[in-house]
Amino acid sequence: MDSWKVNPRVFWTLFTPGTFWLVLFFLIPLGWLFHDSFSDKISITETQFTGTLANYIRAFDAVYLTIIWKSVWISAVATALCLLTAYPIAFGICFAPAKWKPLLLLLVILPFWINLLIRTYALIAVFRTQGYLNLVLGWVGLGPYEMLYNDGAVIVGLVYVYMPFMVLPLYATIERLDRSFLEASLDLGGSQVQTFFKVTLPLTMPGIVTGIILVFIPCLGSFLTPAMLGGANAIMIGNVIEDQFKAANDWPFGSALSFLLMYVTFGALALRAFLASRSKGVDV
Amino acid sequence: MAQTLKPGSGPLDYGNRTWLKILFAAIFFALYAPIFTLIAFSFNTDKRGVVWRGFTFDNYVKAWNNADLQEAMLNSLTIAFISTIIATILGSMVALVLWRFRFPFKAGYEGVMSLPIVIPEICMGVSLLLFFTNAGMMAWSVSFVWPFNLINIIIAHVAFCFPFVAIVVRSRLVGFNRQLEEASKDLGASEWQTFWNVIVPFMMPGLIAGALLAFTLSLDDFVITYFTSGPETVTFPVKVYSLVRRGVSPEINAASTALIVITVVATVLAMKLQAPDKSGKG
Repeated sequence: MDSWKVNPRVFWTLFTPGTFWLVLFFLIPLGWLFHDSFSDKISITETQFTGTLANYIRAFDAVYLTIIWKSVWISAVATALCLLTAYPIAFGICFAPAKWKPLLLLLVILPFWINLLIRTYALIAVFRTQGYLNLVLGWVGLGPYEMLYNDGAVIVGLVYVYMPFMVLPLYATIERLDRSFLEASLDLGGSQVQTFFKVTLPLTMPGIVTGIILVFIPCLGSFLTPAMLGGANAIMIGNVIEDQFKAANDWPFGSALSFLLMYVTFGALALRAFLASRSKGVDV
Repeated sequence: MAQTLKPGSGPLDYGNRTWLKILFAAIFFALYAPIFTLIAFSFNTDKRGVVWRGFTFDNYVKAWNNADLQEAMLNSLTIAFISTIIATILGSMVALVLWRFRFPFKAGYEGVMSLPIVIPEICMGVSLLLFFTNAGMMAWSVSFVWPFNLINIIIAHVAFCFPFVAIVVRSRLVGFNRQLEEASKDLGASEWQTFWNVIVPFMMPGLIAGALLAFTLSLDDFVITYFTSGPETVTFPVKVYSLVRRGVSPEINAASTALIVITVVATVLAMKLQAPDKSGKG
Protein backbone atom coordinates (compact mmCIF):
# COMPACT_ATOMS: atom_id res chain seq x y z
CA MET A 1 0.00 0.00 0.00
CA ASP A 2 1.37 3.40 -0.97
CA SER A 3 1.06 6.67 0.83
CA TRP A 4 -1.31 8.98 -1.03
CA LYS A 5 1.61 11.39 -1.46
CA VAL A 6 3.39 8.93 -3.76
CA ASN A 7 0.90 9.62 -6.50
CA PRO A 8 -1.44 12.46 -5.51
CA ARG A 9 -2.91 12.81 -9.01
CA VAL A 10 -4.13 9.20 -9.10
CA PHE A 11 -5.22 9.46 -5.48
CA TRP A 12 -7.41 12.51 -6.01
CA THR A 13 -8.86 11.16 -9.27
CA LEU A 14 -10.00 8.01 -7.52
CA PHE A 15 -10.90 9.67 -4.23
CA THR A 16 -13.02 12.59 -5.40
CA PRO A 17 -16.08 11.15 -7.23
CA GLY A 18 -17.24 8.70 -4.54
CA THR A 19 -16.49 11.13 -1.75
CA PHE A 20 -18.37 13.87 -3.59
CA TRP A 21 -21.44 11.66 -3.98
CA LEU A 22 -21.30 10.50 -0.38
CA VAL A 23 -21.00 14.03 0.97
CA LEU A 24 -23.58 15.65 -1.29
CA PHE A 25 -26.23 12.94 -1.38
CA PHE A 26 -25.76 11.25 1.95
CA LEU A 27 -24.02 13.36 4.57
CA ILE A 28 -25.58 16.71 3.65
CA PRO A 29 -29.13 15.24 3.59
CA LEU A 30 -28.50 13.61 6.97
CA GLY A 31 -27.09 16.89 8.30
CA TRP A 32 -30.14 18.67 7.01
CA LEU A 33 -32.37 16.13 8.73
CA PHE A 34 -30.43 16.68 11.94
CA HIS A 35 -30.76 20.45 11.54
CA ASP A 36 -34.50 20.16 10.89
CA SER A 37 -35.00 18.06 13.99
CA PHE A 38 -34.27 21.24 15.98
CA SER A 39 -36.64 23.36 13.90
CA ASP A 40 -40.17 24.62 14.31
CA LYS A 41 -42.92 24.24 11.79
CA ILE A 42 -44.06 27.75 10.88
CA SER A 43 -46.48 27.01 8.04
CA ILE A 44 -47.65 24.05 5.99
CA THR A 45 -44.53 23.98 3.89
CA GLU A 46 -42.01 25.98 5.89
CA THR A 47 -39.84 25.20 8.85
CA GLN A 48 -37.50 27.48 10.75
CA PHE A 49 -34.45 26.54 12.73
CA THR A 50 -34.89 27.62 16.33
CA GLY A 51 -32.66 25.16 18.15
CA THR A 52 -35.71 23.84 19.95
CA LEU A 53 -35.73 20.48 21.65
CA ALA A 54 -39.53 20.38 21.48
CA ASN A 55 -39.52 17.70 18.75
CA TYR A 56 -37.41 15.36 20.84
CA ILE A 57 -39.46 16.06 23.96
CA ARG A 58 -42.62 15.35 21.99
CA ALA A 59 -41.28 11.92 21.11
CA PHE A 60 -41.60 11.10 24.79
CA ASP A 61 -45.31 11.90 24.90
CA ALA A 62 -47.24 8.92 26.16
CA VAL A 63 -48.68 8.13 22.73
CA TYR A 64 -45.30 8.07 20.99
CA LEU A 65 -43.52 6.50 23.93
CA THR A 66 -45.95 3.59 23.70
CA ILE A 67 -45.13 3.16 20.02
CA ILE A 68 -41.36 3.44 20.62
CA TRP A 69 -41.61 0.89 23.41
CA LYS A 70 -43.68 -1.39 21.20
CA SER A 71 -41.16 -1.06 18.35
CA VAL A 72 -38.34 -1.96 20.73
CA TRP A 73 -39.98 -5.07 22.10
CA ILE A 74 -41.30 -6.26 18.74
CA SER A 75 -37.77 -5.87 17.33
CA ALA A 76 -36.27 -7.58 20.38
CA VAL A 77 -38.59 -10.58 20.13
CA ALA A 78 -38.05 -10.80 16.35
CA THR A 79 -34.26 -10.63 16.86
CA ALA A 80 -34.37 -13.34 19.52
CA LEU A 81 -36.44 -15.60 17.25
CA CYS A 82 -34.04 -14.93 14.37
CA LEU A 83 -31.16 -15.99 16.61
CA LEU A 84 -32.98 -19.15 17.69
CA THR A 85 -33.70 -20.21 14.11
CA ALA A 86 -30.47 -18.95 12.54
CA TYR A 87 -28.09 -20.57 15.02
CA PRO A 88 -29.00 -24.17 14.17
CA ILE A 89 -29.00 -23.25 10.48
CA ALA A 90 -25.54 -21.69 10.63
CA PHE A 91 -24.27 -24.52 12.82
CA GLY A 92 -25.70 -27.14 10.49
CA ILE A 93 -24.16 -25.53 7.42
CA CYS A 94 -20.72 -25.39 9.08
CA PHE A 95 -20.88 -29.08 9.94
CA ALA A 96 -22.42 -30.17 6.65
CA PRO A 97 -20.35 -32.07 4.08
CA ALA A 98 -18.09 -29.61 2.22
CA LYS A 99 -19.77 -30.14 -1.15
CA TRP A 100 -23.16 -29.10 0.28
CA LYS A 101 -21.98 -25.91 1.97
CA PRO A 102 -22.11 -23.46 -0.97
CA LEU A 103 -25.56 -24.67 -1.98
CA LEU A 104 -26.95 -24.46 1.56
CA LEU A 105 -25.50 -20.97 2.02
CA LEU A 106 -26.99 -19.89 -1.27
CA LEU A 107 -30.39 -21.25 -0.20
CA VAL A 108 -30.24 -19.18 2.98
CA ILE A 109 -29.13 -15.99 1.25
CA LEU A 110 -31.35 -16.22 -1.81
CA PRO A 111 -34.61 -15.13 -0.13
CA PHE A 112 -32.77 -12.04 1.08
CA TRP A 113 -32.34 -10.97 -2.53
CA ILE A 114 -35.98 -11.42 -3.36
CA ASN A 115 -37.84 -8.18 -3.07
CA LEU A 116 -38.84 -7.39 0.51
CA LEU A 117 -42.25 -6.31 -0.66
CA ILE A 118 -42.84 -9.51 -2.60
CA ARG A 119 -41.82 -11.67 0.35
CA THR A 120 -44.16 -9.75 2.63
CA TYR A 121 -46.91 -10.07 0.07
CA ALA A 122 -46.28 -13.82 -0.06
CA LEU A 123 -46.75 -13.93 3.71
CA ILE A 124 -50.05 -12.06 3.46
CA ALA A 125 -51.31 -14.71 1.05
CA VAL A 126 -50.36 -17.39 3.57
CA PHE A 127 -51.72 -15.79 6.72
CA ARG A 128 -54.81 -13.86 5.60
CA THR A 129 -58.21 -15.08 6.72
CA GLN A 130 -58.88 -16.74 3.35
CA GLY A 131 -55.22 -17.69 3.08
CA TYR A 132 -53.41 -20.96 2.63
CA LEU A 133 -52.77 -21.60 6.31
CA ASN A 134 -56.43 -21.22 7.19
CA LEU A 135 -57.25 -23.44 4.21
CA VAL A 136 -55.02 -26.19 5.58
CA LEU A 137 -56.39 -25.69 9.10
CA GLY A 138 -59.87 -25.94 7.64
CA TRP A 139 -59.11 -29.46 6.42
CA VAL A 140 -58.68 -30.60 10.02
CA GLY A 141 -61.74 -28.67 11.12
CA LEU A 142 -60.02 -25.64 12.64
CA GLY A 143 -60.35 -21.94 11.99
CA PRO A 144 -60.54 -19.78 10.11
CA TYR A 145 -58.48 -17.55 12.38
CA GLU A 146 -57.71 -13.87 11.98
CA MET A 147 -53.92 -14.03 11.86
CA LEU A 148 -52.92 -10.77 10.22
CA TYR A 149 -52.94 -7.23 11.56
CA ASN A 150 -51.52 -7.82 15.01
CA ASP A 151 -48.11 -7.74 16.70
CA GLY A 152 -47.57 -11.45 16.16
CA ALA A 153 -47.94 -11.09 12.40
CA VAL A 154 -45.35 -8.28 12.39
CA ILE A 155 -42.93 -10.39 14.43
CA VAL A 156 -43.33 -13.37 12.08
CA GLY A 157 -42.87 -11.04 9.12
CA LEU A 158 -39.69 -9.51 10.54
CA VAL A 159 -38.20 -12.92 11.37
CA TYR A 160 -39.02 -14.13 7.89
CA VAL A 161 -37.46 -11.12 6.25
CA TYR A 162 -34.32 -10.61 8.36
CA MET A 163 -33.29 -14.16 9.29
CA PRO A 164 -30.59 -14.34 6.56
CA PHE A 165 -28.86 -11.33 8.17
CA MET A 166 -28.40 -13.42 11.28
CA VAL A 167 -27.16 -16.57 9.54
CA LEU A 168 -24.20 -14.96 7.77
CA PRO A 169 -22.24 -13.55 10.76
CA LEU A 170 -23.03 -16.70 12.76
CA TYR A 171 -21.78 -18.87 9.92
CA ALA A 172 -18.60 -16.80 9.68
CA THR A 173 -17.74 -17.27 13.37
CA ILE A 174 -18.81 -20.90 13.72
CA GLU A 175 -16.82 -21.78 10.60
CA ARG A 176 -13.69 -20.28 12.18
CA LEU A 177 -14.31 -22.04 15.48
CA ASP A 178 -11.37 -24.29 16.35
CA ARG A 179 -12.97 -27.71 16.58
CA SER A 180 -10.24 -29.08 18.79
CA PHE A 181 -11.78 -27.01 21.61
CA LEU A 182 -15.01 -28.96 21.19
CA GLU A 183 -13.10 -32.23 21.07
CA ALA A 184 -11.17 -31.25 24.19
CA SER A 185 -14.36 -30.44 26.05
CA LEU A 186 -15.96 -33.74 25.03
CA ASP A 187 -12.79 -35.68 25.86
CA LEU A 188 -12.66 -34.12 29.30
CA GLY A 189 -16.09 -35.46 30.03
CA GLY A 190 -18.31 -32.54 29.10
CA SER A 191 -21.65 -33.55 27.65
CA GLN A 192 -22.78 -32.22 24.28
CA VAL A 193 -25.09 -29.75 26.04
CA GLN A 194 -22.36 -28.55 28.40
CA THR A 195 -19.92 -28.24 25.51
CA PHE A 196 -22.41 -26.15 23.58
CA PHE A 197 -23.18 -23.74 26.40
CA LYS A 198 -19.69 -23.51 27.90
CA VAL A 199 -17.51 -23.68 24.78
CA THR A 200 -19.33 -23.17 21.50
CA LEU A 201 -21.64 -20.38 22.59
CA PRO A 202 -18.99 -18.18 24.30
CA LEU A 203 -16.58 -18.65 21.41
CA THR A 204 -19.18 -17.62 18.84
CA MET A 205 -20.35 -14.61 20.86
CA PRO A 206 -18.84 -12.05 18.43
CA GLY A 207 -20.95 -13.49 15.62
CA ILE A 208 -24.02 -13.48 17.83
CA VAL A 209 -23.51 -9.81 18.73
CA THR A 210 -22.99 -8.83 15.09
CA GLY A 211 -26.06 -10.82 14.06
CA ILE A 212 -28.18 -9.23 16.77
CA ILE A 213 -27.14 -5.75 15.66
CA LEU A 214 -27.61 -6.55 11.97
CA VAL A 215 -31.16 -7.74 12.64
CA PHE A 216 -32.22 -5.41 15.43
CA ILE A 217 -31.41 -2.17 13.58
CA PRO A 218 -33.44 -2.87 10.43
CA CYS A 219 -36.27 -4.32 12.54
CA LEU A 220 -36.42 -1.18 14.64
CA GLY A 221 -36.46 1.00 11.53
CA SER A 222 -38.82 -1.21 9.57
CA PHE A 223 -41.78 0.44 8.02
CA LEU A 224 -43.00 -1.79 5.24
CA THR A 225 -43.55 -4.95 7.32
CA PRO A 226 -45.66 -3.31 10.04
CA ALA A 227 -47.55 -1.29 7.40
CA MET A 228 -48.48 -4.43 5.46
CA LEU A 229 -48.81 -7.07 8.16
CA GLY A 230 -49.67 -4.97 11.19
CA GLY A 231 -52.14 -2.53 9.74
CA ALA A 232 -53.45 0.01 12.22
CA ASN A 233 -52.99 -2.35 15.18
CA ALA A 234 -49.23 -2.72 15.12
CA ILE A 235 -47.78 0.67 14.31
CA MET A 236 -44.03 0.96 14.73
CA ILE A 237 -41.78 3.99 14.86
CA GLY A 238 -41.07 3.72 11.12
CA ASN A 239 -44.75 4.14 10.37
CA VAL A 240 -44.91 7.24 12.57
CA ILE A 241 -41.91 8.69 10.71
CA GLU A 242 -43.56 7.96 7.37
CA ASP A 243 -46.75 9.59 8.58
CA GLN A 244 -44.88 12.76 9.62
CA PHE A 245 -43.32 13.08 6.18
CA LYS A 246 -46.48 12.23 4.25
CA ALA A 247 -49.98 12.60 5.72
CA ALA A 248 -49.31 14.42 9.01
CA ASN A 249 -46.80 16.75 7.34
CA ASP A 250 -44.76 17.56 10.42
CA TRP A 251 -41.25 17.23 9.07
CA PRO A 252 -39.32 18.55 12.09
CA PHE A 253 -40.97 15.97 14.33
CA GLY A 254 -40.35 13.25 11.74
CA SER A 255 -36.70 14.35 11.59
CA ALA A 256 -36.36 14.11 15.37
CA LEU A 257 -37.85 10.59 15.36
CA SER A 258 -35.50 9.55 12.52
CA PHE A 259 -32.57 10.85 14.50
CA LEU A 260 -33.65 8.94 17.57
CA LEU A 261 -33.35 5.85 15.35
CA MET A 262 -29.94 7.04 14.19
CA TYR A 263 -28.75 7.47 17.78
CA VAL A 264 -29.80 3.90 18.57
CA THR A 265 -27.94 2.74 15.44
CA PHE A 266 -24.77 4.61 16.40
CA GLY A 267 -25.04 3.24 19.92
CA ALA A 268 -25.32 -0.31 18.60
CA LEU A 269 -22.35 0.17 16.26
CA ALA A 270 -20.26 1.67 19.08
CA LEU A 271 -21.18 -1.31 21.27
CA ARG A 272 -20.08 -3.69 18.54
CA ALA A 273 -16.79 -1.86 18.02
CA PHE A 274 -16.21 -1.94 21.77
CA LEU A 275 -16.92 -5.66 22.02
CA ALA A 276 -14.78 -6.36 18.94
CA SER A 277 -11.85 -4.48 20.43
CA ARG A 278 -12.21 -6.42 23.67
CA SER A 279 -12.31 -9.79 21.96
CA LYS A 280 -9.03 -8.84 20.23
CA GLY A 281 -9.43 -9.35 16.57
CA VAL A 282 -12.13 -12.03 16.63
CA ASP A 283 -13.99 -9.67 14.39
CA VAL A 284 -16.76 -10.50 12.00
CA MET B 1 -6.51 -36.84 15.30
CA ALA B 2 -7.35 -40.50 14.85
CA GLN B 3 -10.89 -41.18 13.84
CA THR B 4 -11.93 -44.59 15.14
CA LEU B 5 -15.66 -44.15 14.83
CA LYS B 6 -17.67 -44.90 11.74
CA PRO B 7 -17.68 -41.89 9.40
CA GLY B 8 -20.63 -39.65 10.14
CA SER B 9 -21.30 -40.81 13.68
CA GLY B 10 -18.50 -39.04 15.55
CA PRO B 11 -19.31 -36.64 18.36
CA LEU B 12 -18.64 -33.66 16.11
CA ASP B 13 -20.51 -34.89 13.05
CA TYR B 14 -23.47 -32.67 13.79
CA GLY B 15 -24.24 -32.52 10.08
CA ASN B 16 -25.49 -36.11 10.24
CA ARG B 17 -27.79 -35.70 13.23
CA THR B 18 -31.39 -36.42 12.41
CA TRP B 19 -32.77 -33.66 14.62
CA LEU B 20 -30.62 -31.09 12.87
CA LYS B 21 -31.74 -32.33 9.48
CA ILE B 22 -35.39 -32.13 10.50
CA LEU B 23 -34.89 -28.61 11.89
CA PHE B 24 -33.13 -27.65 8.68
CA ALA B 25 -35.93 -28.98 6.55
CA ALA B 26 -38.54 -27.19 8.69
CA ILE B 27 -36.79 -23.82 8.52
CA PHE B 28 -36.14 -24.08 4.80
CA PHE B 29 -39.76 -25.05 4.28
CA ALA B 30 -40.91 -21.99 6.22
CA LEU B 31 -38.50 -19.83 4.24
CA TYR B 32 -39.47 -21.08 0.80
CA ALA B 33 -43.07 -22.27 1.02
CA PRO B 34 -44.58 -18.77 0.80
CA ILE B 35 -42.40 -17.88 -2.19
CA PHE B 36 -43.16 -21.11 -4.04
CA THR B 37 -46.87 -20.77 -3.35
CA LEU B 38 -46.72 -17.24 -4.71
CA ILE B 39 -45.04 -18.50 -7.88
CA ALA B 40 -47.38 -21.50 -8.23
CA PHE B 41 -50.49 -19.40 -7.83
CA SER B 42 -49.36 -16.98 -10.51
CA PHE B 43 -50.45 -19.79 -12.89
CA ASN B 44 -53.83 -20.26 -11.23
CA THR B 45 -57.09 -19.58 -13.03
CA ASP B 46 -58.91 -18.69 -9.82
CA LYS B 47 -59.28 -14.94 -9.33
CA ARG B 48 -59.22 -14.96 -5.55
CA GLY B 49 -56.18 -17.15 -5.62
CA VAL B 50 -56.77 -19.51 -2.71
CA VAL B 51 -57.90 -22.72 -4.34
CA TRP B 52 -56.14 -24.25 -7.30
CA ARG B 53 -58.53 -24.26 -10.25
CA GLY B 54 -56.31 -24.86 -13.23
CA PHE B 55 -53.15 -23.88 -15.06
CA THR B 56 -53.03 -20.74 -17.15
CA PHE B 57 -50.70 -18.03 -18.46
CA ASP B 58 -53.53 -15.49 -18.44
CA ASN B 59 -52.21 -13.67 -15.38
CA TYR B 60 -48.93 -13.06 -17.16
CA VAL B 61 -50.71 -11.81 -20.24
CA LYS B 62 -52.85 -9.50 -18.10
CA ALA B 63 -49.88 -8.23 -16.09
CA TRP B 64 -47.96 -7.67 -19.33
CA ASN B 65 -50.83 -5.73 -20.86
CA ASN B 66 -51.40 -3.64 -17.75
CA ALA B 67 -50.13 -0.21 -18.82
CA ASP B 68 -49.45 0.93 -15.24
CA LEU B 69 -47.40 -2.14 -14.42
CA GLN B 70 -45.55 -1.81 -17.70
CA GLU B 71 -44.65 1.80 -16.99
CA ALA B 72 -43.58 0.92 -13.44
CA MET B 73 -41.43 -1.95 -14.66
CA LEU B 74 -39.83 0.18 -17.36
CA ASN B 75 -39.06 2.87 -14.76
CA SER B 76 -37.60 0.32 -12.36
CA LEU B 77 -35.37 -1.25 -15.02
CA THR B 78 -34.22 2.15 -16.29
CA ILE B 79 -33.39 3.34 -12.79
CA ALA B 80 -31.61 0.10 -11.98
CA PHE B 81 -29.63 0.21 -15.22
CA ILE B 82 -28.42 3.81 -14.88
CA SER B 83 -27.77 3.58 -11.13
CA THR B 84 -25.80 0.38 -11.66
CA ILE B 85 -23.46 2.02 -14.16
CA ILE B 86 -22.80 5.06 -11.95
CA ALA B 87 -22.60 3.03 -8.73
CA THR B 88 -20.17 0.54 -10.28
CA ILE B 89 -17.84 3.30 -11.45
CA LEU B 90 -17.96 5.20 -8.14
CA GLY B 91 -17.75 2.05 -6.05
CA SER B 92 -14.75 0.64 -7.87
CA MET B 93 -12.92 3.97 -7.61
CA VAL B 94 -13.51 3.96 -3.86
CA ALA B 95 -12.35 0.33 -3.70
CA LEU B 96 -9.18 1.20 -5.62
CA VAL B 97 -8.38 4.17 -3.42
CA LEU B 98 -8.89 2.13 -0.23
CA TRP B 99 -6.88 -0.76 -1.59
CA ARG B 100 -3.97 1.19 -2.96
CA PHE B 101 -3.41 4.17 -0.69
CA ARG B 102 -2.72 5.04 2.88
CA PHE B 103 -4.10 8.43 3.80
CA PRO B 104 -4.96 10.33 6.99
CA PHE B 105 -8.23 9.35 8.71
CA LYS B 106 -8.59 6.31 6.47
CA ALA B 107 -10.39 4.23 9.12
CA GLY B 108 -12.86 7.07 9.67
CA TYR B 109 -13.35 7.41 5.92
CA GLU B 110 -14.10 3.71 5.64
CA GLY B 111 -16.57 3.96 8.51
CA VAL B 112 -18.45 6.85 6.91
CA MET B 113 -18.41 5.01 3.57
CA SER B 114 -20.16 2.04 5.15
CA LEU B 115 -22.80 4.20 6.87
CA PRO B 116 -25.30 4.01 3.98
CA ILE B 117 -25.24 0.23 4.47
CA VAL B 118 -25.89 0.25 8.19
CA ILE B 119 -28.28 3.08 8.95
CA PRO B 120 -32.02 2.29 8.79
CA GLU B 121 -33.31 2.71 5.26
CA ILE B 122 -36.13 4.95 6.39
CA CYS B 123 -33.66 7.50 7.79
CA MET B 124 -31.89 7.65 4.44
CA GLY B 125 -35.22 7.85 2.63
CA VAL B 126 -36.58 10.80 4.62
CA SER B 127 -33.25 12.64 4.64
CA LEU B 128 -33.17 12.48 0.83
CA LEU B 129 -36.81 13.55 0.63
CA LEU B 130 -35.95 16.55 2.80
CA PHE B 131 -32.83 17.31 0.77
CA PHE B 132 -34.51 17.04 -2.65
CA THR B 133 -37.48 19.10 -1.52
CA ASN B 134 -35.40 21.87 0.01
CA ALA B 135 -32.99 21.90 -2.90
CA GLY B 136 -35.97 22.32 -5.22
CA MET B 137 -35.13 19.12 -7.08
CA MET B 138 -38.42 17.48 -6.21
CA ALA B 139 -40.44 20.12 -8.02
CA TRP B 140 -37.80 20.68 -10.68
CA SER B 141 -37.45 17.08 -11.84
CA VAL B 142 -41.18 16.73 -12.54
CA SER B 143 -40.83 19.03 -15.53
CA PHE B 144 -38.19 16.83 -17.15
CA VAL B 145 -38.90 14.39 -19.94
CA TRP B 146 -38.52 10.69 -19.24
CA PRO B 147 -36.07 9.29 -18.18
CA PHE B 148 -34.63 12.50 -16.68
CA ASN B 149 -37.60 12.87 -14.35
CA LEU B 150 -36.22 9.80 -12.54
CA ILE B 151 -33.06 11.68 -11.58
CA ASN B 152 -33.85 11.96 -7.85
CA ILE B 153 -34.48 8.24 -7.52
CA ILE B 154 -31.33 7.45 -9.50
CA ILE B 155 -29.22 9.74 -7.29
CA ALA B 156 -30.66 8.09 -4.19
CA HIS B 157 -30.09 4.58 -5.52
CA VAL B 158 -26.49 5.33 -6.44
CA ALA B 159 -25.95 6.70 -2.92
CA PHE B 160 -26.95 3.43 -1.25
CA CYS B 161 -25.56 1.06 -3.92
CA PHE B 162 -22.00 2.24 -4.46
CA PRO B 163 -20.70 1.44 -0.95
CA PHE B 164 -21.83 -2.17 -1.55
CA VAL B 165 -19.99 -2.22 -4.88
CA ALA B 166 -16.89 -0.82 -3.14
CA ILE B 167 -16.90 -3.70 -0.66
CA VAL B 168 -17.30 -6.38 -3.33
CA VAL B 169 -14.64 -4.93 -5.64
CA ARG B 170 -12.21 -4.36 -2.77
CA SER B 171 -12.49 -7.95 -1.62
CA ARG B 172 -11.56 -8.98 -5.14
CA LEU B 173 -8.59 -6.58 -5.24
CA VAL B 174 -7.15 -8.04 -2.05
CA GLY B 175 -6.14 -11.09 -4.09
CA PHE B 176 -4.20 -8.99 -6.60
CA ASN B 177 -0.48 -9.60 -6.86
CA ARG B 178 1.17 -6.16 -6.84
CA GLN B 179 4.21 -7.61 -8.60
CA LEU B 180 2.13 -7.80 -11.77
CA GLU B 181 1.69 -4.05 -11.54
CA GLU B 182 5.41 -3.52 -10.99
CA ALA B 183 6.22 -5.84 -13.87
CA SER B 184 3.90 -3.88 -16.12
CA LYS B 185 5.54 -0.59 -15.15
CA ASP B 186 9.04 -2.05 -15.49
CA LEU B 187 8.15 -3.08 -18.99
CA GLY B 188 7.38 0.53 -19.78
CA ALA B 189 3.64 0.78 -19.38
CA SER B 190 2.25 4.07 -18.11
CA GLU B 191 0.06 4.34 -15.01
CA TRP B 192 -3.01 4.42 -17.22
CA GLN B 193 -1.94 1.47 -19.40
CA THR B 194 -1.17 -0.58 -16.31
CA PHE B 195 -4.54 0.27 -14.85
CA TRP B 196 -6.42 -0.53 -18.01
CA ASN B 197 -4.52 -3.64 -19.14
CA VAL B 198 -3.54 -5.24 -15.85
CA ILE B 199 -5.72 -4.09 -12.96
CA VAL B 200 -9.09 -3.78 -14.71
CA PRO B 201 -9.01 -7.29 -16.23
CA PHE B 202 -8.15 -8.65 -12.80
CA MET B 203 -10.97 -6.64 -11.20
CA MET B 204 -13.51 -7.75 -13.80
CA PRO B 205 -15.24 -10.57 -11.85
CA GLY B 206 -15.54 -8.23 -8.86
CA LEU B 207 -16.83 -5.45 -11.09
CA ILE B 208 -19.51 -7.67 -12.60
CA ALA B 209 -20.49 -9.10 -9.23
CA GLY B 210 -20.68 -5.59 -7.78
CA ALA B 211 -22.73 -4.38 -10.72
CA LEU B 212 -25.19 -7.26 -10.40
CA LEU B 213 -25.46 -6.57 -6.70
CA ALA B 214 -26.17 -2.90 -7.34
CA PHE B 215 -28.71 -3.88 -9.99
CA THR B 216 -30.69 -6.15 -7.65
CA LEU B 217 -30.47 -3.68 -4.76
CA SER B 218 -31.82 -0.92 -6.96
CA LEU B 219 -34.51 -3.07 -8.55
CA ASP B 220 -35.67 -4.27 -5.13
CA ASP B 221 -35.63 -1.04 -3.26
CA PHE B 222 -38.95 0.10 -1.93
CA VAL B 223 -38.40 2.33 1.10
CA ILE B 224 -35.96 4.86 -0.34
CA THR B 225 -37.81 5.00 -3.67
CA TYR B 226 -41.10 5.49 -1.86
CA PHE B 227 -39.77 8.67 -0.25
CA THR B 228 -37.78 10.07 -3.15
CA SER B 229 -40.22 9.49 -6.00
CA GLY B 230 -42.60 12.29 -6.85
CA PRO B 231 -46.33 11.66 -7.21
CA GLU B 232 -45.86 11.18 -10.96
CA THR B 233 -43.14 8.56 -11.03
CA VAL B 234 -43.95 5.03 -10.01
CA THR B 235 -41.49 2.16 -9.80
CA PHE B 236 -42.42 -1.49 -9.76
CA PRO B 237 -42.18 -2.08 -5.98
CA VAL B 238 -44.07 1.16 -5.29
CA LYS B 239 -46.77 0.08 -7.74
CA VAL B 240 -47.03 -3.37 -6.20
CA TYR B 241 -47.31 -1.75 -2.77
CA SER B 242 -50.32 0.28 -3.84
CA LEU B 243 -51.88 -2.81 -5.49
CA VAL B 244 -51.31 -5.03 -2.48
CA ARG B 245 -53.07 -2.53 -0.23
CA ARG B 246 -56.15 -3.23 -2.33
CA GLY B 247 -55.86 -6.99 -1.94
CA VAL B 248 -54.23 -10.13 -3.25
CA SER B 249 -54.53 -10.88 -6.97
CA PRO B 250 -52.92 -13.46 -9.28
CA GLU B 251 -51.81 -10.62 -11.53
CA ILE B 252 -49.51 -9.34 -8.77
CA ASN B 253 -48.25 -12.89 -8.36
CA ALA B 254 -47.37 -13.01 -12.04
CA ALA B 255 -45.57 -9.66 -11.99
CA SER B 256 -43.77 -10.60 -8.76
CA THR B 257 -42.67 -13.91 -10.22
CA ALA B 258 -41.10 -12.09 -13.14
CA LEU B 259 -39.16 -9.87 -10.74
CA ILE B 260 -38.11 -12.86 -8.61
CA VAL B 261 -36.70 -14.59 -11.69
CA ILE B 262 -34.71 -11.50 -12.70
CA THR B 263 -33.20 -10.99 -9.24
CA VAL B 264 -32.48 -14.66 -8.59
CA VAL B 265 -30.64 -15.02 -11.91
CA ALA B 266 -28.64 -11.85 -11.21
CA THR B 267 -27.80 -12.97 -7.66
CA VAL B 268 -26.71 -16.47 -8.60
CA LEU B 269 -24.50 -15.03 -11.35
CA ALA B 270 -23.01 -12.49 -8.94
CA MET B 271 -22.25 -15.18 -6.38
CA LYS B 272 -20.57 -17.41 -8.93
CA LEU B 273 -18.33 -14.51 -9.93
CA GLN B 274 -17.60 -13.55 -6.35
CA ALA B 275 -16.45 -17.03 -5.42
CA PRO B 276 -12.73 -16.90 -4.63
CA ASP B 277 -10.73 -17.46 -7.77
CA LYS B 278 -7.56 -19.46 -7.21
CA SER B 279 -6.00 -18.83 -10.59
CA GLY B 280 -5.66 -15.08 -10.04
CA LYS B 281 -3.57 -15.27 -6.90
CA GLY B 282 -0.37 -15.64 -8.94
